[in-house]
Amino acid sequence: MLEICNLACTRGDHLLFSDLNFTLNAGEILQAQGVNGSGKTTLLRTLCGLVKPTAGQINWSGKNIQDLGAEYYAEMIYLGHLNALKDELSAVENMRISAGLAGCEADGEQIFAALHRMGLRGRENLPVKALSQGQSRRVALARLLIGHFPLWILDEPLTALDVGAVQLIQDLIAAHLARNGMVIYTTHQPLEVAGVTTRRLTLS
Amino acid sequence: MNQKSVEGPSLAGGLSLTGLFVLIIRRDLVLAMRRRADVLTTLIFFVIVVTLFPLGVGPELNMLRTMAPGTLWVAALLASMLSLGRLFSADYLDGTLEQMLLVPQSLSALVLGKMIAHWMASGLPLVLMAPVLGLQFDMPAEALWMLILTLLLGTPILSMIGAIGAALTLGLRGGGVLVSLLVLPLCIPVLVFGAGAVEAITSGMSAAAHLSLLGALLLLALVFTPWVTAMALRISME
Repeated sequence: MLEICNLACTRGDHLLFSDLNFTLNAGEILQAQGVNGSGKTTLLRTLCGLVKPTAGQINWSGKNIQDLGAEYYAEMIYLGHLNALKDELSAVENMRISAGLAGCEADGEQIFAALHRMGLRGRENLPVKALSQGQSRRVALARLLIGHFPLWILDEPLTALDVGAVQLIQDLIAAHLARNGMVIYTTHQPLEVAGVTTRRLTLS
Repeated sequence: MNQKSVEGPSLAGGLSLTGLFVLIIRRDLVLAMRRRADVLTTLIFFVIVVTLFPLGVGPELNMLRTMAPGTLWVAALLASMLSLGRLFSADYLDGTLEQMLLVPQSLSALVLGKMIAHWMASGLPLVLMAPVLGLQFDMPAEALWMLILTLLLGTPILSMIGAIGAALTLGLRGGGVLVSLLVLPLCIPVLVFGAGAVEAITSGMSAAAHLSLLGALLLLALVFTPWVTAMALRISME
C-alpha cells in the first residue's frame, strides 16, 4: 500500500504542488494528470525517491520510503520517459542489464519470452540503435515482464507506441492489477484498462 | 498468443551484490569495446604528450632521465582526466543512471563496479603503455618496473577520485573542464608519491615509503570514494 501524506514539491523556487494526499491499495490504478509543467514527472520521481519532497511523506506498507531504501526499491519498478537503453547493445543485452538493475537475475529464456511478448521476435539481437522509436520503447517496457514488482511507476509509457502495443500495455496492466499489483502512470493518450476504474489525480 | 505469459510472467530470481558488481563491470567493458575510439583517445593523448617532451627538450639523456618519472606521471594524470567526463554522462543522458539509483542492492557497490571498469578501460592501457614510453627517456630497467608498479597503484586512485568530480558535475555545461579543475588538486598526493617512488629508485634509494603511502591512499579511496560518489550522484540527479 502506498500512502502519500501532505506531499509538496518545488522545482527551483517554483512550488509545483502542495498538500497532496492519496492512498493506493493493492489492485488499484492511478493516473496523474495535468498540463505540461504541472509536475507529473516530478511527482513520479518523488515517489521513486529520486527527488526529496519539500514537505510531507511517502509511506510504503506503513513505512517511510526514505527509511526503507533498498527494501522499497526491490518492490517497485520505474519507467522514465527516457528508455534507459544503450544504443550499442542489443535488446537482449539491454534487458539483462535492466533486469540486473531492477534487482533480478534473468536468464536468456525469460528475456526472449519477454521480448517476444512485446512483439520483438527477430529483433532480439539487433543493436538498439537499429530499432525504431516505438520498438525501443517496447524493449524498455519488456522490463515490466521480468520479475514481480508490486508497484509500477510509469512515466508516459505509451510514447511512440502503435495501437497494437497500446492494447498490449493495457493487457499487461490489467493482468498486473489482477495479481494485486499497483500502477501509477501519466499519459496524454487514452489508456483504459478494462474492468478497473482508473483513479485520477489532477495536478494544477 | 502465448497464454502462459498472459497469466503471469515467469519470475526471475534475485541478483546478489556480487552479481550486480560483475554485471556492471562487464557491461561497461563491453560498452568501452564497442566505443573503442573513446579508449584510444585517452591512450593516444598519453603517448603524444609524453613523446612531445623529448622532442621539445632535446636529446640530453641526463636531463631526460631526471624528468622522466614526473613527465610520465603528469601525462598519465592528464590523460585520465580526459575520460572522466564519460564515466556517468552517457548513463545520465539516456536515463540509465535513474535506474541505477533505484538498485535494490547497493548504489556504492554499483559505483565501485563502474570505477573499476573505467580504470580497466582507461587506466590499465596507460600502465601497459608507460614502460614503452619510458624507453624514450632512457629509463633504467628497475625504474621502468617501479613506474609500472606506481601507476598500477596510482591510476585506480585517479579513477576513483575522478568519479566524485564526475558525479558532482553531472549535467553541467562545460562539465569536462570543471571536473579537471576539481579533481587535479586532489590528485597531487598521488602524483607526488608516484613520481617520487620512481625518482627514489633511480637515485638508488628505497621506494618503500612512497609505495606504502600510495597503497594507503588506494585503500582509503577504495573505502570512501564509492560511498561519496553515490551521495554525489543522488544530489546531482535531484
